[in-house]
Amino acid sequence: MEPLTWTGSIAFLNPLLMIAIAALLLSIVIWIVGSIFLPEAPLSINMDGTVSSGSGLRGLTQNALRFSFIACVALALAYIVLGIVMGTSAGIVGAVSQQFLPVWLSLIILYAMSIAFKRRLGLYGKLFDSPIGMIGFGLVMFWVFTGIFGALDLIVTHDPLVQLSGMKNKVPGTPLPTAEEGEYAWYLLGGDNLARDVFSRMVKGAWIVVQIAPLATLFAFMVGITLGLPAGYYGGRLDTFLSFLANLILAFPVILLFYLLVTPEIVATGVPNYMAAVLFLFPILFIGVLLNSRYYTRPKFRTPLLIGVLGVAIWLYLSLISTSGFIINTDSYRIWGLPTYLDLFDIPGGILVVFVSVVFVNSPTVFRIVRGLALDIKTRDYVAAAQTRGEGPWYIMLWEILPNARGPLIVDFCLRIGYTTILLGTLGFFGLGLPPESPDWGSTINEGRKLLSIYLHPALPPAFALLSLVLGLNLLADGLREESLKD
Amino acid sequence: MGLFILRRFGVMLLTALCLTFVVFFLTNLYPNLEKLAKTQGNQRMSDEQVEAWLGNRGYLQPTLVKYGQWLGVVPGFTKTLDDGTFVGTCTRPGSTEENTPRYCGVLQGNWGYSTVFKDEVGTIVGKRLGNTGYLMFWVLVLMVPSALIVGVLAGMREGSALDRSLSTFSIITTATPEYVSGVIFIAIFTSSTVGLKWFKGTATQAMDNPTFENFFLPVLTIALYGMGYIARMTRASMTEVMTAQYIRTARLKGVSFPNIVMKHALRNALIAPFTVIMLQFPWLLNGVVIVETLFNYKGFGWALVQAAGNNDIQLLLAISVVSVFVVLVTQLISDIGYVYLNPRIRIS
Repeated sequence: MEPLTWTGSIAFLNPLLMIAIAALLLSIVIWIVGSIFLPEAPLSINMDGTVSSGSGLRGLTQNALRFSFIACVALALAYIVLGIVMGTSAGIVGAVSQQFLPVWLSLIILYAMSIAFKRRLGLYGKLFDSPIGMIGFGLVMFWVFTGIFGALDLIVTHDPLVQLSGMKNKVPGTPLPTAEEGEYAWYLLGGDNLARDVFSRMVKGAWIVVQIAPLATLFAFMVGITLGLPAGYYGGRLDTFLSFLANLILAFPVILLFYLLVTPEIVATGVPNYMAAVLFLFPILFIGVLLNSRYYTRPKFRTPLLIGVLGVAIWLYLSLISTSGFIINTDSYRIWGLPTYLDLFDIPGGILVVFVSVVFVNSPTVFRIVRGLALDIKTRDYVAAAQTRGEGPWYIMLWEILPNARGPLIVDFCLRIGYTTILLGTLGFFGLGLPPESPDWGSTINEGRKLLSIYLHPALPPAFALLSLVLGLNLLADGLREESLKD
Repeated sequence: MGLFILRRFGVMLLTALCLTFVVFFLTNLYPNLEKLAKTQGNQRMSDEQVEAWLGNRGYLQPTLVKYGQWLGVVPGFTKTLDDGTFVGTCTRPGSTEENTPRYCGVLQGNWGYSTVFKDEVGTIVGKRLGNTGYLMFWVLVLMVPSALIVGVLAGMREGSALDRSLSTFSIITTATPEYVSGVIFIAIFTSSTVGLKWFKGTATQAMDNPTFENFFLPVLTIALYGMGYIARMTRASMTEVMTAQYIRTARLKGVSFPNIVMKHALRNALIAPFTVIMLQFPWLLNGVVIVETLFNYKGFGWALVQAAGNNDIQLLLAISVVSVFVVLVTQLISDIGYVYLNPRIRIS
């Protein structure tokens, strides 16, 4: 097998892309400089009294920018489409875009459906009115689909944990020395220090982030909302106490906290399991209070609903915190949990610790945001109206204040997923929590950086992956903020 | 005002006490002590030997007693071993029963003895803080002015070309954590594959002899991540000020645009970023840990990683006290400064 070049037989596109990118950069600079020095577009008053404005020099710079941008996007699309069609004969770019085929298809379907029905989809639909939001959403969904399909073994070319002899630190596009039948014959993005496939590790790493980050953020929001609403609504001693606790956690440097919580020694003492048992209780509390406060006037409907929902929630809770029959299983003592035949899923110890500590670090910030919002909203007239109607405090908090605080909370949720992704990377970077061979981005960056002055390819793909995901989440949050302000 | 500061100091003290107790409790859990005994004594010690080692050095007393000893309100633990060596919480290698003080805790100004570096914690923290302080100084020198300039330029004409490109720039920097930007910078500017070789990939020499070549990349890496956030806050505050009535009045009476920005808008627009910059310190502390590990610069963050990785209890405690102090003092400064800058707010 021949080693692959970057673009293979579609190399004729490279000079075109270079020209397009150079034109884009140049037109951006001209656009910025022009916006400062060039005069505003001239206005001319027509005979019939209307005013029309010519495009002027500014319009020219804008047009230059638009066309060079379109050219760049079109060329990038050409690379991807030609790559999908031609596969490895279009070099590494082609092979990679062919591997990502399921992701492209899902993205196209998702965007086509969303844009077709965007008027009926509320805030989500409005996202497709803002270009920034669309770009951000695209980046995020790219990695979400990559994570999901990667977990289904659709995109990966090799097992991310298997080491192949002779592939140590090999540059991107190196063919396997002895490719067997049915095996992918190249390491598309090269091999790392232990002769594993960088491309497959990056794809598998997406799944770890996609699994943990949104869920951990959701749990942090449950904790923050359940504690922040009463703190803001009631105020007084409760508020002082809870705020003190939140500030206490916030005063810890995050990395010190991680070092204290996420070491094998601490895991052996069972502290993370206790924390999990407490932190995971909050969603149940939240759901229970949410439903009860709404339907307590109709006990006939409320009671079966609560039994059903809370039953499922508690079952999930118990299977979440108990592993092989025990909630806490240390050398000196153990606490019985759900028996194994009822246990729906086991979470590996490493992941549970990471999850718990990320929730723990994020929830005080959410608490402060929710508390601030509740303090602001509780002075509104509709809250006073609900109080006069004789609604209970929890009904007011959860069904009057919370829905009206949703805008800032949704935006912060997106930003916070990004922050959680960064935290997960930090954990991996310091080698905490996840097993050392795990393909998550932080660990891979950490391994790759040791040889960075000689070999770039093991560290850069996960670094850019993390960068683009977090950037996507930030842009998405920006788009959402813009669109929700328009209401 | 005096009462306010006094109360804040009270809260600060309480927070520091609670925090150090949490750190103390977590580092004194038995598996952590076992690890400490094995790294300090012998990796192949049996369980009984570990227990004896810990018992002889006072690690197996109740946690509250040990915490009191660390604070200096309970007399230090001492014991003479069978082979005649004198050990205890207050002893140092070579000290005897006579020259060992009875109390040795934080209250006596004694921060303890680091088991990793084999030195007084006070000296280590002082030296490492000096290194980090130097790094932080240059980070602030780079970060604050450039963030404010970017924010003000972006915010003075909302929606303009300049605003959009600078906003994109600041979003990108907030989305790039230090370990990503650091790795990218090292790859581009120091590796032999790209061949630019403008800077050095490590900052080890920067501790004795900081030059632009070996010190700029760590500074840039920390500064970039914090910069985007401050710039966005400055922009938000600037756009708000630029829509205010008095700016419109100034425009209508014919003040030139540069004059409006410099003389009328800037002062009011910089109130909010001041708080943000102050509250950014705890984050910078995080960045410092990552960057010092990445560039092998032996400062405060590097000491934190070493202490935490080896369960060096007393060094960790001192480090957490220092970082809590930094966090709370910056909060206090931001509150007080806000009142001074913004005369509409009074602390009651």
